[in-house]
Amino acid sequence: MTDLIKYTAAETASAIAKGEVSAVEVAQAHLDRINAVDKKVNAFLHVDSEGALAAARKVDDKRAKGEQLSPLAGVPLALKDVFTTKGIPTTCGSKMLEGWIPPYDATLTRRLKDADVVILGKTNMDEFAMGSSTENSAYGPTGNPWDLTRIPGGSGGGSAAALAAFEAPLAIGTDTGGSIRQPGAVTGTVGVKPTYGSVSRYGLVAFSSSLDQGGPCARTVLDAALLHEAIAGHDPLDSTSIDAPVPAVVEAAKMRDIRGMRIGIVKEFAGEGYQAGVMQRFNESVELLRELGAEVVEVSCPSFTLALPAYYLIAPSECSSNLARFDAMRYGLRVGDDGTRSAEQVTALTREAGFGDEVKRRIILGTYALSSGYYDAYYGSAQKVRTLISRDFDAAFAGVDVLISPTTPTTAFPIGERADDPMAMYLADLCTIPSNLAGNAAMSLPCGLAPEDNLPVGLQIIAPAMADDRLYRVGGAVEAALNDKWGHTLLEEAPAL
Amino acid sequence: MSLVSYEEALASYDPVMGLEVHVELGTKTKMFCGCSTELGAEPNSQTCPTCLGLPGSLPVVNAVGVESAIRIGLALNCEIAEWCRFARKNYFYPDMPKNFQTSQYDEPIAFNGYLDVQLEDGEVFRVEIERAHMEEDTGKSTHIGGATGRIHGAEYSLLDYNRAGIPLIEIVTKPIEGAGHRAPEVAKAYVAELRELIKALGVSEARMDKGQMRCDVNLSLRPNGTEKFGTRSETKNVNSLRSVERAARFEIMRHATVLTDGGTIIQETRHFHEEDGSTTSGRIKDNAEDYRYFPEPDLVPVAPAREWVEELRAGLPELPRVRRARLQAEWGLNDQDMQSVLNAGAVESISETIAAGAPADQARKWWMGELARRANETGTELSEQPITPAQVARVCALVAEGKLNDKLARQVIEGVLAGEGEPDQVVEKRGLAVVSDDSALGAAVDQAIADNPDVAAKIRDGKVQAVGALVGAVMKATRGQADAAKVKDLILEKLA
Ligand SMILES: [Zn+2]
Repeated sequence: MTDLIKYTAAETASAIAKGEVSAVEVAQAHLDRINAVDKKVNAFLHVDSEGALAAARKVDDKRAKGEQLSPLAGVPLALKDVFTTKGIPTTCGSKMLEGWIPPYDATLTRRLKDADVVILGKTNMDEFAMGSSTENSAYGPTGNPWDLTRIPGGSGGGSAAALAAFEAPLAIGTDTGGSIRQPGAVTGTVGVKPTYGSVSRYGLVAFSSSLDQGGPCARTVLDAALLHEAIAGHDPLDSTSIDAPVPAVVEAAKMRDIRGMRIGIVKEFAGEGYQAGVMQRFNESVELLRELGAEVVEVSCPSFTLALPAYYLIAPSECSSNLARFDAMRYGLRVGDDGTRSAEQVTALTREAGFGDEVKRRIILGTYALSSGYYDAYYGSAQKVRTLISRDFDAAFAGVDVLISPTTPTTAFPIGERADDPMAMYLADLCTIPSNLAGNAAMSLPCGLAPEDNLPVGLQIIAPAMADDRLYRVGGAVEAALNDKWGHTLLEEAPAL
Repeated sequence: MSLVSYEEALASYDPVMGLEVHVELGTKTKMFCGCSTELGAEPNSQTCPTCLGLPGSLPVVNAVGVESAIRIGLALNCEIAEWCRFARKNYFYPDMPKNFQTSQYDEPIAFNGYLDVQLEDGEVFRVEIERAHMEEDTGKSTHIGGATGRIHGAEYSLLDYNRAGIPLIEIVTKPIEGAGHRAPEVAKAYVAELRELIKALGVSEARMDKGQMRCDVNLSLRPNGTEKFGTRSETKNVNSLRSVERAARFEIMRHATVLTDGGTIIQETRHFHEEDGSTTSGRIKDNAEDYRYFPEPDLVPVAPAREWVEELRAGLPELPRVRRARLQAEWGLNDQDMQSVLNAGAVESISETIAAGAPADQARKWWMGELARRANETGTELSEQPITPAQVARVCALVAEGKLNDKLARQVIEGVLAGEGEPDQVVEKRGLAVVSDDSALGAAVDQAIADNPDVAAKIRDGKVQAVGALVGAVMKATRGQADAAKVKDLILEKLA
């Protein structure tokens, strides 16, 4: 039974389809695991045992009746608590939404259910996805399974930690500035930010609408691809959803052949602030890519140095408007409604009590940046930087198929270390933000442990919009070669919980 | 405070107006979700995650709403944007679910147009249009407790989000200058013409009494002969044509009073009061009010293809002013008669009656006579009378066939209005057919001649005009059901 939690999603689905194990057994094994370790990890905000077992039973029934099963039927999944789930609490890691039970499913939730994926529960996150460490959750930090005193990344730290702690073989994250990839990097798991518009945002509680993108998290590249195909595709309920076929990512993940591909190293993502062990593993990855037959060249994207400040104008601006709806009128927290106070006073008291410091900081930043008289200087200029970054990407992709960089400049830092230094915290997303601003596709996958702290290092691969398959082609080949070299997967080196 | 008179005000000051009209489109579904727009449903029964602004929900643009906006823009002689975006207008109000309104800011769908309006004396005044843009309506608050029905002083408020997300088109004029003492009349004529236009386009019923069309009147005064605009007031939600005129007139007098006194006008919103036609101060609106507009990231830009715009232009209906001129010519009316038809709101009823086969003069006679009188007496719209143009046309046909005379026709109309059924049924039930049976009529004529030998003798002597007395006697005997012309012919024939 304990082995079931070590299965990949592909293996789990296959075992269920062949009748080697029941979906209920798989679900129960993971619920048991959650029960055993999640007090330490705190990856889950809500575990839906009943719902998970019911979904698993449905899969077993279908199989008993000889019905065709979907590729991920019966595979358990941890869902970031930022997607709405009908009848199941959705808090976004905030006190503001404590007790809110959404009356509707996000499109992504719906698709997972339709694919008979077993949703185990909702995972911890930085409040409203604002943060890089999951320390901004109103429900306590999540520990990194590699070292519980360190951060699991953020905002999707709960989803990444659930994978690394073998509480689920699949998870869903959202990536606004790196919230899938950076947690993937620091937990030794795989995280993909699909092309903006390829996974529906309907039911994803918005942080920054023009940057938010849901995506797959897994322990292997193939598992991520299977999940990618289950959740991606056009959704008429999301106007920014792309109406085009989803690239064949599963097929690409299985290719394991990158001979002749041209790969560019982003020159700007190195130097001061980059941990030596991170750069060492990154440089080894470059050599590996060459050995595998790719041509690796250096490219320059000069505007990328402006990405971080641009991001910290655009994301807070949109968030200041998106979060305005949390006013205590219709749902969620309500503070001070004692019959003597006005609506405005109740709203103010509720926001004071319900929003954490980082959320308040960004709402204030964004409100200021959008103010009349400042709009052009801040929001307007940031949008221009966005255009420049897209042009840099276009120029780079004219010469190479994908770009690579370290996913994050350092390995997981200790919980509390950067909590009072927002600027240091923001640097964790230095390498991931440009892809959000340009709307293209990017992946992080493990490429070893930094020698100085024995913590996972992530390799980031970036592909042009709607060329997500290239991520999986390169990622699948690198993963296979590294596992061959190590003789096992990286996560097998993680300490027991 | 006693106000200076309107004439005194105009003697010193020149009014400048700006009119903002919101039109609720008559689309089946809301602007950004699939909820019904039907009026009068149970509160909050026509809502969904999107129009309730629930976390995670997203808008999707209603294509019919965009089409309606473009058609309005074209009818207002506007340019249509090749590419435009929605924008978020950020402000807080409990009946606005997202605490921002999805609207348009510096990229309206239609801009730079005009509308020619005809004043009562026939003069045509051109009102320039700044822009027409798309947005969504808010929910509706009902404030309970407290004296004013406004939020301040209320005990609690009830919120109905059925209206939230209903498509609105906001049409904004450029400053209307040069109207002078006719400014209130121009304001009323503009809103009236716009309403006709919207109705002709079929994009909204534009009922002001139902809030489907709402007008804000912005007004400022400047000393006669000067250029610089004065400080304006914004009188909100003026909801009838008459009120638009009264509000403009009142504000002209109020501004003049303040300015004459050496005071300054405060930039503020004002509430209009139907009872006495006055306005009172609402919210102070200094320039610090900042909606923090930015392009709506949840929606893709609207980029109407030029061919489609041209197709819509080609498909525009005949516009009200053109149509009115055509009908006037077709009906053979002089300006004054046409104006009374317009004032009575009878254009549609008459033209539909004609379309149903009635002669123009007959159709006009009934609607402007009998039916207009009744509408007036009951204080209702002419179009709301319980009789259809087709029924009026049928009555006209019965008259033309000689089956009814004028007096009987009036009774048939009365019967239809009383709910007695179709004209033919009323004729039958009330037994109103003209007596045209020659033998029955012949007997009545013989009897009349016998009863009035003196009159008969006069007629025999050639005093034909005396026939009226005999006709009257026959009509009386047949209780008005005889065809008078026929009776006259018969008498003359018998006495020849
Ligand atoms: Zn709705």
